[in-house]
Amino acid sequence: MLKRVHFPTSLLPYLLVAPQIAITLVFFIWPASQAMYQSFLIEDAFGLGTEFVWFENFEVLMTDSHYLDSFQRTAVFSVLVAALSMGFALILAGFAQRVVRGAMFYRTLLIWPYAIAPVLAGALWVFMFNPTLGIFPYFLEIIGITWNHYLSGNQAMLLVILAAAWKQVAYNFLFYLAAMQSIPNSVIEAAAIDGAGPARRFWTIVFPLISPTTFFLLVINMVYAFFETFGIIHAVTQGGPGTSTTILVYKVFNDGFVGLDLGGSAAQSVVLMALVIVMTVVQFRFVERKVAY
Amino acid sequence: MADIQLKDLVKSYGPTEVLHHIEGDIQDGEFIVIVGPSGCGKSTLLRMVAGLESVTSGEIAIGGTRVNELEPSQRDIAMVFQNYALYPHMTVRQNMAYGLKIRKLPKADIDRRVEEAAEILEIKQYLDRKPRQLSGGQRQRVAMGRAIVRDPQVFLFDEPLSNLDAKLRVQMRLEIRKLQQRLGVTSIYVTHDQVEAMTLGDRLMVLNGGYVEQFGTPIELYDRPASMFVAGFIGSPAMNFLPVTLDAGTASLPSGHQVSVASGHSGTATLGMRPEHLTADPDGPIAINVDMLEQLGANTLIHGRLDGTEHAITASVPGHAHDGIGNTRRFSIAPDLTHLFDTDTGKRLDS
Repeated sequence: MLKRVHFPTSLLPYLLVAPQIAITLVFFIWPASQAMYQSFLIEDAFGLGTEFVWFENFEVLMTDSHYLDSFQRTAVFSVLVAALSMGFALILAGFAQRVVRGAMFYRTLLIWPYAIAPVLAGALWVFMFNPTLGIFPYFLEIIGITWNHYLSGNQAMLLVILAAAWKQVAYNFLFYLAAMQSIPNSVIEAAAIDGAGPARRFWTIVFPLISPTTFFLLVINMVYAFFETFGIIHAVTQGGPGTSTTILVYKVFNDGFVGLDLGGSAAQSVVLMALVIVMTVVQFRFVERKVAY
Repeated sequence: MADIQLKDLVKSYGPTEVLHHIEGDIQDGEFIVIVGPSGCGKSTLLRMVAGLESVTSGEIAIGGTRVNELEPSQRDIAMVFQNYALYPHMTVRQNMAYGLKIRKLPKADIDRRVEEAAEILEIKQYLDRKPRQLSGGQRQRVAMGRAIVRDPQVFLFDEPLSNLDAKLRVQMRLEIRKLQQRLGVTSIYVTHDQVEAMTLGDRLMVLNGGYVEQFGTPIELYDRPASMFVAGFIGSPAMNFLPVTLDAGTASLPSGHQVSVASGHSGTATLGMRPEHLTADPDGPIAINVDMLEQLGANTLIHGRLDGTEHAITASVPGHAHDGIGNTRRFSIAPDLTHLFDTDTGKRLDS
């Protein structure tokens, strides 16, 4: 039986959660409702005239080819970021698991990128890939590839994907390492005695057993790629060249604060909000249920 | 099916040597139990035979072939782990078929062998369940099934029964023994339980602190323990030890009484007497001040101290004994049932 705890006054519990509620109200509920309200308005660039238009902003969005392109781009971007960072983290975790000497040293190094602010991470990659000064374009030139992400949309996309994935590797690595360490050693040994080599053990035993973690990380990485990569994109390409790296979250910023289409921008952010809510629901539904076994 | 040779086997972790020059010849089809207290290196030794631990020096040969450098999968062994180590995401059938699939056996062959093993172990109705849907005893059977479908040269058991309750443990012990006799596969079984060791093994290897104390049949170990450690470890309740002075076939007890022994040694030594070999005798030389009685039904354990000393001593007498606490009871022992050990080295003193 659960014991119910009674406080002498009913005020204390509310006081205790008040800071969290205040923060949620001020930094989430209020701006979110503002965005929702604003998405029903059309304003001129100087804020002089405002018109309530119901769903016109959304209708415009759904027929705007730029917006639909951005949607597609975001899908490609987020899938590649998630796949790349998770794949790489999985490999690293697999190796880190086998390291005996200096394990703490390697693990600490691998976790570092997570502590770097997105904009700084972006700045690092900008330096490394600067077409005139960067080290990587220099090497690429040697093997006959001309690198200029200021001109090539695909190269720009590749760069922001690499930067965004690199930053998320640390997080994924931590979760994968923890998941692998929770697999009993004797199960792996049993597979070894059964005749499975390292690769086979990984794919038929380890990988299925960490599938709940993979699913959890997939959702987290998608959310990350959708929203938290703003800083990286702003620092590296600012959505360019053209609109080739303008993913949804960047377009919200660009249309609202650069293009000053506040209503349209608000409508986009409402769509994004709906997306993240769906993803969160999916995650809670499935992760709670322990996927696969 | 194969014999196993352990030659001058040493295992070190860094500068620490944990197994010291282990020698052992295991015949084809024999059931060997490695027994010892926790931390004695018995699991390490088994894991070295399995190939899960490297060999520092010496040689392990299975069926005449040196296997030191071979991967576990190349040694043609099967192992049953203490925690069963079943693959949790596979059904019982998939668990058992895993090793056969890797060996690329034809599908029909795999099915037949899994069915046969399941039949032997009476787990046919669970073939399509996942391990978490099974009880401890059923998981144990699946783990054994996974070992026998492979039809290996050697079975290795790493304390497979220690996670089961007492009743199931006795039952599974018998089944393991029957199964091993039926299949005739050379087996090495690690346990810390001396009853399990005595009942299962054709021969026992008693390990202590990384040394082989004795390697022999259960009866040899019981009748002629090579050291005080083996004497105290094998047999329940444990053997009594008393410091004595030897002189021409008699041992003087600390209480001043004389016990005749089958030995020509002289000087100080340690006398070992099993509780069940002490027989009640009103004129016997061994006087016990009774502290406590333990009624086991078939027999009674008498715990006390040797008269006039603080040396604890236990005797086991047949039938019931209700009174006597605080009294002195006298016992005697046949000379050929006494054991003498060197007090310093703990080694057996032979007559």
